[in-house]
Amino acid sequence: MKTGLGLSFLFTIAFLAVSVPLSAHHGNASYGHAKQLTLKGTVTEWTWLNPHTFLKVDVKDEEGNVVNWVIEWSAPSNLINRGVNRKTFKPGDEVTVVMITPDNGAPVGRLQRVMLANGKWLQGSG
Amino acid sequence: MANRFVAATMVLIASMFSLPALAQNAQGPPRIPFPAPDPDAPPVDRSEEKHLDGWYKDSPIMPADPKAAPAPRHDLSGIWEPAAGWLAGVQFMGAQEYPSDGKHFLPFTPAGEEAFKTHKAGFGTNEVPIALNNDPFDKCDPIGFPRIELFNLRAIQILQTPKQVTILYQNDRTFRSIWTDGRAFPNPDIEEPRWYGYSIGRWEDNNTLVVETTGIDERTWIDNAGRPHSGDMQVEERFHRVNRDLMELTLTIIDPKMYAKPWNALEKFPMRLQSDAFDIREMLCSPSEQATFDKAVSQPAVAEPPRKK
Repeated sequence: MKTGLGLSFLFTIAFLAVSVPLSAHHGNASYGHAKQLTLKGTVTEWTWLNPHTFLKVDVKDEEGNVVNWVIEWSAPSNLINRGVNRKTFKPGDEVTVVMITPDNGAPVGRLQRVMLANGKWLQGSG
Repeated sequence: MANRFVAATMVLIASMFSLPALAQNAQGPPRIPFPAPDPDAPPVDRSEEKHLDGWYKDSPIMPADPKAAPAPRHDLSGIWEPAAGWLAGVQFMGAQEYPSDGKHFLPFTPAGEEAFKTHKAGFGTNEVPIALNNDPFDKCDPIGFPRIELFNLRAIQILQTPKQVTILYQNDRTFRSIWTDGRAFPNPDIEEPRWYGYSIGRWEDNNTLVVETTGIDERTWIDNAGRPHSGDMQVEERFHRVNRDLMELTLTIIDPKMYAKPWNALEKFPMRLQSDAFDIREMLCSPSEQATFDKAVSQPAVAEPPRKK
């Protein structure tokens, strides 16, 4: 019995050390070939809801037109333990977002990581 | 002879190339990896990760105590979370013991195989874009049983009275009553199917509660990958409290219409006792929030691209 519990203790530690937080309700099928994009822009909205949160960011395209991107992130119940909450972004914040995008070219994506104005990266899929 | 050798070698080489392709076809379209690769990402800093309860109180994740007191007799009461971490019960790819990854195969009957093909899930071998799936939980139908324990099994609270064991679940913010007063199931001729079925339990020994559940609504999926069930499914759960701090859950699917033999979706899945002051977070599917999300994200991602002027 003692050995069993010792093993489960070790297993728990090992699991915590290597696991990547995951919990999505849906996978990446919406994002076809998962083309990765990095965009810099200004937050217009941060929506904290189920099943997944999303961030809206105004980004200037090559022709100088402003495009409002919608980028989904994880569920609130996952982000909360990674130091992200409903006040993490506010309109006007400058951010750099790394995301995957769908094949149809729509200005939507799934956030992989985001750099805040102070240079700090927040990351984690799920 | 030499020609035969050459021909056999060519067949072998050809089969080496074609087998993976065949396997892929049998399992549906190739999956987009999840999470998608991000090769240039800086190393993940986990030092600031917390374990917040619903009251935003940090309760450090403690390993199971090897010197934990023995389990009390006939008592599962308390607040429990997956022992291997707060995300260890998510099972996004399907039931813990049988993820829908093309490497784990359920003993489907022909009817089971057919039913499974009709389920367009958000994950697994039947994965489709969220806007195109037919997952009942994406419309905020109740998640139902046993999916409540096979997808996003997070914190649960167990309450007991002399006649029932009640489980409160974080996900779907719902509950189940497991009757332990010796009653039989309702008359199957008149019972209505329920999202969470009808459950009766008995103590097999001092620390093991065995629960049988029937009468489960056929509209529910067994797991997040869309495993199907018939209205005749029986589910057996074994809650074995190893000591004060640790409980193991085994969950068996018995449904001869869909599966040629019973299969264990969970096998001694470990849950650990939390502080009795742990506030369980709200985690709900709200139809209006789902609609907002679908309009903003799901639908644009699969819309026809605009025609160039």
